[in-house]
Amino acid sequence: MSTLAPVMQPAPKHAQARVPTDWTTASMQGRIRRRYRAERNFRMLGAGAVLLSTAFLVFLLVSMLSQGLRGFTQTELKLPMDFPAARLGIDPVALRGPDARAILAAADLENATAQAANRAYGPAGYKLLSDGAWLSIRSAIQEDPTILTRRADIWVPTSTAIDLAAKTDGDADAEAGFRMLDARQAVRTGFSMAFLTGADSTDPTIVGIWGALKGSLLTMFVTLILAFPVGVLSALYLEEYAPRNRWTDLIEVSINNLAAVPSIIFGLLGLAVFLNFLDFPRSAPIVGGLTLALMTMPVIVIAGRNAIKSVPPSIRDAALGIGASKVQVVFHHVLPLALPGILTGTIIGMARALGETAPLLMIGMRAFIASPPGGLADPATVLPVQIFLWSDEVSRGYVEKTSAAIIVLLVFLLAMNGIAIYLRNRFERRW
Amino acid sequence: MSSTLFLLLVAGLAFIGWVTARARAGRFTGTGVNRPHSLPNYHGWYVALWALAPALLFLAVWGYVSPGLIDAAVTATPQSAAIRLDPVDLTNEVRALATGALTTPFHPDVVPLVPVFQQVQHHYDMIGGVVALLLAFAGGAFAYTRVKPDFRARTRVERLVMAALLGASLIAVLTTLGIVLSLLFESVRFFARVSPMQFLFGTLWSPQTGDSGTFGAVPLFWGTIFIGAIIAMIVAIPLGLMSAIYLTQYAKPSTRRWMKPILEVLAGVPTVVYGYFAALTVAPAIRDFAAFVGIPGASSESALAAGLVMGVMIIPFVSSMADDSIAAVPQAMRDGSLAMGATTSETIRKVLVPAALPGVVGGVLLAVSRAIGETMIVVMAAGLAANLTANPFSSVTTVTTQIVQLLTGDQEFDSAKTLAAFALGLVLFIVTLLLNIVALRVVKKYREAYE
Repeated sequence: MSTLAPVMQPAPKHAQARVPTDWTTASMQGRIRRRYRAERNFRMLGAGAVLLSTAFLVFLLVSMLSQGLRGFTQTELKLPMDFPAARLGIDPVALRGPDARAILAAADLENATAQAANRAYGPAGYKLLSDGAWLSIRSAIQEDPTILTRRADIWVPTSTAIDLAAKTDGDADAEAGFRMLDARQAVRTGFSMAFLTGADSTDPTIVGIWGALKGSLLTMFVTLILAFPVGVLSALYLEEYAPRNRWTDLIEVSINNLAAVPSIIFGLLGLAVFLNFLDFPRSAPIVGGLTLALMTMPVIVIAGRNAIKSVPPSIRDAALGIGASKVQVVFHHVLPLALPGILTGTIIGMARALGETAPLLMIGMRAFIASPPGGLADPATVLPVQIFLWSDEVSRGYVEKTSAAIIVLLVFLLAMNGIAIYLRNRFERRW
Repeated sequence: MSSTLFLLLVAGLAFIGWVTARARAGRFTGTGVNRPHSLPNYHGWYVALWALAPALLFLAVWGYVSPGLIDAAVTATPQSAAIRLDPVDLTNEVRALATGALTTPFHPDVVPLVPVFQQVQHHYDMIGGVVALLLAFAGGAFAYTRVKPDFRARTRVERLVMAALLGASLIAVLTTLGIVLSLLFESVRFFARVSPMQFLFGTLWSPQTGDSGTFGAVPLFWGTIFIGAIIAMIVAIPLGLMSAIYLTQYAKPSTRRWMKPILEVLAGVPTVVYGYFAALTVAPAIRDFAAFVGIPGASSESALAAGLVMGVMIIPFVSSMADDSIAAVPQAMRDGSLAMGATTSETIRKVLVPAALPGVVGGVLLAVSRAIGETMIVVMAAGLAANLTANPFSSVTTVTTQIVQLLTGDQEFDSAKTLAAFALGLVLFIVTLLLNIVALRVVKKYREAYE
């Protein structure tokens, strides 16, 4: 090379004067150091960006956990109830009968509960109790009507202030009240089943998430049975049968656009079409499910098409070669092979729908619903909307309940994504 | 109750048809040219579908028609003629009482009509059910007579399958059409009351109940751009791009394998959780910081809080788009740069990023479209005051926040206030659509350049 170079390419004049770079000089060494430092800095910058993003995630999760775990617990106090003295006027025998509910509704349990608290813990004793404390008394009576003939100690939820005093720090009054109760060993804080089995309430000490969770499950059920078949069939059509023409292009463009439309627009569609035009019931899981199905369907179609595309053509050729019809090729061979991929995409789409709030606000699923929905047409709310509603509440007691509901939601999402990853790793084949 | 029973009976008939037709076709023998055309299964499905489809179609139509017939029959009875009440109100109340939706009647004199209503309803349910059963039987029997060795049952069944496939894919088109039409229809009604010029260029936004109120949406547009396209992108672009660069160019494959899913988790967290976090933790911290530094006009619903959290939510989105476009840069370009003696960071900054720029820009546009359509974070963390300000510590409002605000609470569906939400929705829809189209075009063009 060195001998040929002058012949092929006459060197420019100044090159004659050029001396080989002396890498040992201070200026060259400095230049290299600077470049290496820039390299290190850039690398640190990249690592910093990743770490910062991760740190944010960790911070988010830790702050939710630290507040939310307290939300699963509830402080209770021991309330000595002297039922014969309270003169509730309930006949224990009648409670075995069919009118038990009406009899209990007629009795003034609220007053009796407050009186019992005043007797036990001083004139302001009723302030220590949750507004829903009498509900515990009622369920205790329902469980064992004979309790009405004697005295009994019943654990009832405390007020938000006492609850906060027991868990972290309340105001001075509540702290004093808590110390008094603690000294009498009449207070305990423990895991509260009521939070997992109850529904929304105006009192943070007796709220539960089962109502919202059941609403979410019903909504997801509707979404799944509508979006999955439609999504899979569309994906099959577009990938396997659709002729290349303007109509197919139109379908493809619509699906790709729908996947990018903001979710709140689907809420507007649901409001205009399902509620105002078709007159479906407001706040019902069926309307929520329909709206979310329209939103989830494009996700399933796109995931489904990718899964179907990855099935090698040789499978189709072999099936066609031994005489299968085009429908048989797809339903007997391509679909089963693509199913794990489709299911993974479906679960991810469903997880997104489960966390979706905005469209459901539009169709009225933000109403206050105090009992779990019984069916698809009953008024209901869903978990994310419940979180939104609780986050708007003024009472401090809702803060930990909101975080607890978020933990439940995240657990569900994590489980769904875990299943999706498991399916992908276990069943998806690479050709 | 009886309708469920009839549905089960129809399904039962279809099942019997499936079994018998399958059994009959199974006995077909013949080889060579006389070989039966379709497998027994297809004959079974053919008969079952003939039993199911007409009956179900009839039941659907009947379910739509029969309430009107029942109402007419109830109002025609002599008992109802005696009640001085609008026939529509009357039947509605009787229906509510009969189904148990209403426990105490508004008008006590309609109570005797309840048993009449139930009787008429039972009568019509029976008619519908029996006709459906007859249809199912007739359809099944007709199809059963056609089960012969040379009958092309498979072709018929497959034709229906194809129709179902096409129908399923048309639902996407219908949805798009539904979105466009419902938004357009309501927006046209809105623009009949408020001039489009005032809406698009007015700077005062104060919707009131009824038809009064000013609908100048410029502060909303500005708030949306400020939070979604400026603050959020200032967070998301550097962090997302640098994360993508680090994970693709520097990180060991093992690190990358578990760091990437962790970043993806950020995109999987529901937006309501981000909103709660922004409102409860980030916003107060930013307000305290602003007060500490002495910035005037600091609000507890600052644009900065919503924008920062939204930026974090967008990071994985920008990161994965950047990842894709950097991976699409030909290896030869990278190798060439490294061979010239450039360090890795010089290669990335001077070769890879410029080459991948169109893809990155496309990804950023998609991210912006995602950010401006995002609702819950801004509803929970940004304010409602329609300010036209560039101070990130003050409160601004966005299009999506206002849509939620306008459509919740008491709704009279014909007021300019509720219709304004649809006009805002239309603007949002058009803008996100345009952003997506431009972004996809940029990405596509760039991909072609290297192929």
